[in-house]
Amino acid sequence: MEEFLRILTQALAELVAPSTAAYALAAIGLNLHFGYTGLLNMGQAGFMLLGAYGFGIATIAGAPFLVALLVAIAAGTVFALLLGIPTLKLRGDYLAIVTISAAEIIRWLGRSTVFQEWTGGASGLLGNSFKHTFHELSFLPDGRTAVGPLEYINTGSDSWWTRLFAWGLVLLALLFVWLLTRSPWGRVLKGIREDEDAVRALGKNVFAYKLQALVIGGALGSLAGVLYVLPRAITPDSMGRTMTFFVWTVLLLGGAATLFGPVLGSMLFFSLYMLMRTGMRAGLGDVIGGTQVEQLGGMLVGVTLMLLVIFRPQGILGNKRELAFNVR
Amino acid sequence: MSADETTTVTGAPTPADGTPSGTTVQETPTTAAEAVEAAAAQAAPESAEAKQVARDLSFVEGRVGVPKPDAILTVDGVQRRFGGMTAVDVDHLEVQRGAITALIGPNGAGKTTLFNLLTGFDQPNQGQWQFDGRSIAGKSGAAVARAGMVRTFQLTKALNRLTVLQNMLLAQPKHPGERFWLSWLPFTWAAQERAATEKALEILARFKLDTKKDDFAGSLSGGQRKLLEMARALMTDPTMIMLDEPMAGVNPALVQSLLGHVQALRDEGMTVLFVEHDMHAVRHISDWVVVMAEGRVVAEGPPETVMQDQAVVDAYLGAHHDTDLGDDSLLDPAVLARLEAEDKGQTEREERKR
Amino acid sequence: MTADRPHRRLAWRRLLTALAVAAVPAMLTAPPATADTAPPGTDCTPDGVACVAVLVLDADNGRVPGAQATITDGADFSVEVTTSADAVTSVEVPTSGGYTVELDPASLPADAPLPEGAPTSIDVTAQTGSTARAAFRVGAGVQAPPATSAPPSGTTTPGTETGAGGEAGSGTTAGGEPGTDGGVVDAPPEGDASQRAFSLAQVWQQIGSGLRFGLLLALASIGLNLVFGTTGLSNFAHGEQVTLGAALAFISVHVWGLPLWLGILASLALCAATGFAQDAGIWRPLRRRGTPVMQLMIVTIGLSIALQFLIQMFIGGRSLRIVSSNPVPLRIAGITLSEASWVAMGIAVVCILGIAWWLTRTRIGRATRAVSDNPALAAATGIDPDKIVRIVWIMSTTFAALSGILVGISFGSFNWSLGMQLLLLMFAAVTLGGLGTAYGALVGSILIGLVVELSNLVIPSDLRYASALVILILVLLVRPQGLLGRRERIG
Repeated sequence: MEEFLRILTQALAELVAPSTAAYALAAIGLNLHFGYTGLLNMGQAGFMLLGAYGFGIATIAGAPFLVALLVAIAAGTVFALLLGIPTLKLRGDYLAIVTISAAEIIRWLGRSTVFQEWTGGASGLLGNSFKHTFHELSFLPDGRTAVGPLEYINTGSDSWWTRLFAWGLVLLALLFVWLLTRSPWGRVLKGIREDEDAVRALGKNVFAYKLQALVIGGALGSLAGVLYVLPRAITPDSMGRTMTFFVWTVLLLGGAATLFGPVLGSMLFFSLYMLMRTGMRAGLGDVIGGTQVEQLGGMLVGVTLMLLVIFRPQGILGNKRELAFNVR
Repeated sequence: MSADETTTVTGAPTPADGTPSGTTVQETPTTAAEAVEAAAAQAAPESAEAKQVARDLSFVEGRVGVPKPDAILTVDGVQRRFGGMTAVDVDHLEVQRGAITALIGPNGAGKTTLFNLLTGFDQPNQGQWQFDGRSIAGKSGAAVARAGMVRTFQLTKALNRLTVLQNMLLAQPKHPGERFWLSWLPFTWAAQERAATEKALEILARFKLDTKKDDFAGSLSGGQRKLLEMARALMTDPTMIMLDEPMAGVNPALVQSLLGHVQALRDEGMTVLFVEHDMHAVRHISDWVVVMAEGRVVAEGPPETVMQDQAVVDAYLGAHHDTDLGDDSLLDPAVLARLEAEDKGQTEREERKR
Repeated sequence: MTADRPHRRLAWRRLLTALAVAAVPAMLTAPPATADTAPPGTDCTPDGVACVAVLVLDADNGRVPGAQATITDGADFSVEVTTSADAVTSVEVPTSGGYTVELDPASLPADAPLPEGAPTSIDVTAQTGSTARAAFRVGAGVQAPPATSAPPSGTTTPGTETGAGGEAGSGTTAGGEPGTDGGVVDAPPEGDASQRAFSLAQVWQQIGSGLRFGLLLALASIGLNLVFGTTGLSNFAHGEQVTLGAALAFISVHVWGLPLWLGILASLALCAATGFAQDAGIWRPLRRRGTPVMQLMIVTIGLSIALQFLIQMFIGGRSLRIVSSNPVPLRIAGITLSEASWVAMGIAVVCILGIAWWLTRTRIGRATRAVSDNPALAAATGIDPDKIVRIVWIMSTTFAALSGILVGISFGSFNWSLGMQLLLLMFAAVTLGGLGTAYGALVGSILIGLVVELSNLVIPSDLRYASALVILILVLLVRPQGLLGRRERIG
């Protein structure tokens, strides 16, 4: 029973964890790409990693928190421009191939010895080196607070302050995306998703709209990267392709082209993922080792993604008639 | 006034088509051809614009590349090659302002390719063309559309997962809310959005689509999508509309209203250039016909004379040149097959809805 | 330099001298031994964090056994090692960073003392995923060329073994397969940027390695491109098919105890079966349902995640060797590669020619091309596209497996992320060559192989794959349809 409660608490903690918020924000950005504009960005983790580096390196160089945050956004913006300008005029799968490649290039550059001085190479940047500005901003009193079964320190890496900030940012992003997507601008994006030639024939500069969407979604991804590293170190290898694929799973689970899909998807995904892993460890711990549980968990994520896309492509919140995928 | 006016549109009776126009009026149209006949018979009295255009063009000689009294579009030496094949090779072509010009020709004649070139959806290997006095060669599709030349597509491009009204609003030109920096401040564009909505509903009402404004465009029938596409093009306030096979795949019942709408566009002062396979439609609504074969313009002239041009007959018919071009049996079998398929599809869709 | 060609020995001398001038004596060392060849405890493959290797060599580049050295990081980390004659002595270090290797001169044999004035300690920088080597040269005659211009014992930089340098070294010493350590996994220390001066011979050697890599890559990317051509699907799980081939070959040889050739055949058969099963169980039903390609692509991503973790469950996170014996170097036309590599290249060439023959000369092959060009038209002419696609899937997974096995063997080792790494290069290759074109994959793969190996000469080896992807992006800027692709209407 106690074991059971512990597992449940862990799953509950995932609902509000900063990394859940980070994935939600990254999926909100991806939703702007894929859900609304139909862009296949397979390198969201690259945007996140760049954001994290931008934030971390700027802070270490002495920038105040907000400036560091702006650096992160700028990094994502430049990356989006670099990727978008050559590929957004081409067929959709080129963007997919280029973004996934570029995200890997960022990771390789980050872990290479050439930039070790700034990125810390493969071992990355330690949390203590770039988090002080963030912690100084906290208005929470010192000490610990317990809300129900969840107890964290008020200010620190894995703290209430981190959670508050992360989810606050997610809410702001939701508001922003809500305003954007119900505007005529968002309407053009949806038109492009449906058929860009038709939109072009109506006199819209499709390329410019796609680039704008890529930049904004990418900048949101960069901010998500900052959220992701606030409770931990910046290690390039933890922000690779698997992360991108998880963001996709989160988005498709919640429902692409829906406002709350990414948030719901992220909460559900990570609490279920935690439930599954801790459950398996408790239940099957004698039969298989801890690493195998992780691997089995990963495998199930893959299978879930497949089943989801095949049987419920619109996700949980999506409208059956307004499927997430083009019916052409 | 009706009978004699109508004949000016249908043209002089041609040898094989002895049927006097107007006999099919009371019957429900079952084929596209009959629908066109019916449309012609019921056509509203000729508008002043139509007469004006007819007068202007009546002085123009029917030969390839002839200059027009008031050309809105002038094409010079446009060539497009795909590998070794020359798909389009047009020396000189002018399109009269305010007229309905039909672009016809057998399959593979390069009509759609020319369309794509002129509207910036494909780039030629060489060539120049002016629209309304300005060169638009090499401009993007979007820039061409903004210049006032708007096109539709052979395979309709309704934006399926947008509602009919959203489809229309999307076409509104110069909407401030479509600028990113203003988009999330609704008060900066709310007034324009309201005005656009009014305009959209007005146009939709004209096309009898206003009752469907909140439906997803994907749920419309093939003919309704064609209508929506035309309505959407109108929304951009164009000076010239390019219609790529507006009648293809449309239920015969709708052909009639489509033709009426095309004529109405001209009557509002717009220039229409359209590609069509349906000879009846071409004969009945166009003021001028341009015939293409193997990438070149082989003939042009008023509909009633150009159909008898030897070059046209050769291009189209080969051995069967004793048959009339307006005859039903000569309707492109592919078009007929598509019509039937569309008909069937529509019935099935309706059945499913029930 | 070209004038030296007839005298290969002289050429090698020159090369060695050039390298020595660049102060990288470690080129004379053998590559590190991997798990299966060295006694436990002293060996290390850099798939943990990093390794530091200690080399004590006599004048003939032979390893001097029994020498003792201490590796410290200046803080708490300190390990004492003793060299042995039959393997490179290396230890795993906990973090990347600087280490000092201190040689105990007293432990050296009497006939091989440390030369006068030579330092007893060397500073190295350990880099994640690679082995940093500290080489000491001992004994009489160490002043003899080619090392004359370099200090008798020098410092090494991380991953110092240049592709060519290492290979040159392995030509003269009893060594492992040139440039094989770490496999294609995460920055194998095959090249070095600190080594800017390079000779024609080095370039020639890298071209050889590039061709090897390109041919093996082509074997995998042809399948990827065939599937794309016939179904329009970018298969993200194709990389895992490559890993699966290597993993199954490893399992059949080392777990089931099959002989190598039988193990390879078993792996190929099993992978062909996965292709069949995938098409029958997943892709064909989905095609029947008319599922859009974009949706299918995300299904392949799910499949890729699932397969990746499945493979990890069976083979773990270690580097594995399908063939555990030491590779034998073989020099052909001035290029030194292992015998296995040459054989692998031969097999790849035969298979590629076979595929070309199949595509152009057989009925089904021609039908495949027809389906690629225009499925509807092909169906109308009596070809059953489903049957063709089924065959293409089986071919695709089989050749991916073969590519994985050959890469695993000729690069020495592989791990679970092999396919992940290769997938991007395959995408780069097919995009470069032209998506969906029959020969584009081949041309693109060879180009990518060459770019990857040649870029070793000028940029750090841990960025060599990045160079290929940068080239991909640049090519898209200039010629989006790829080198052999037809121009289609875009933008």
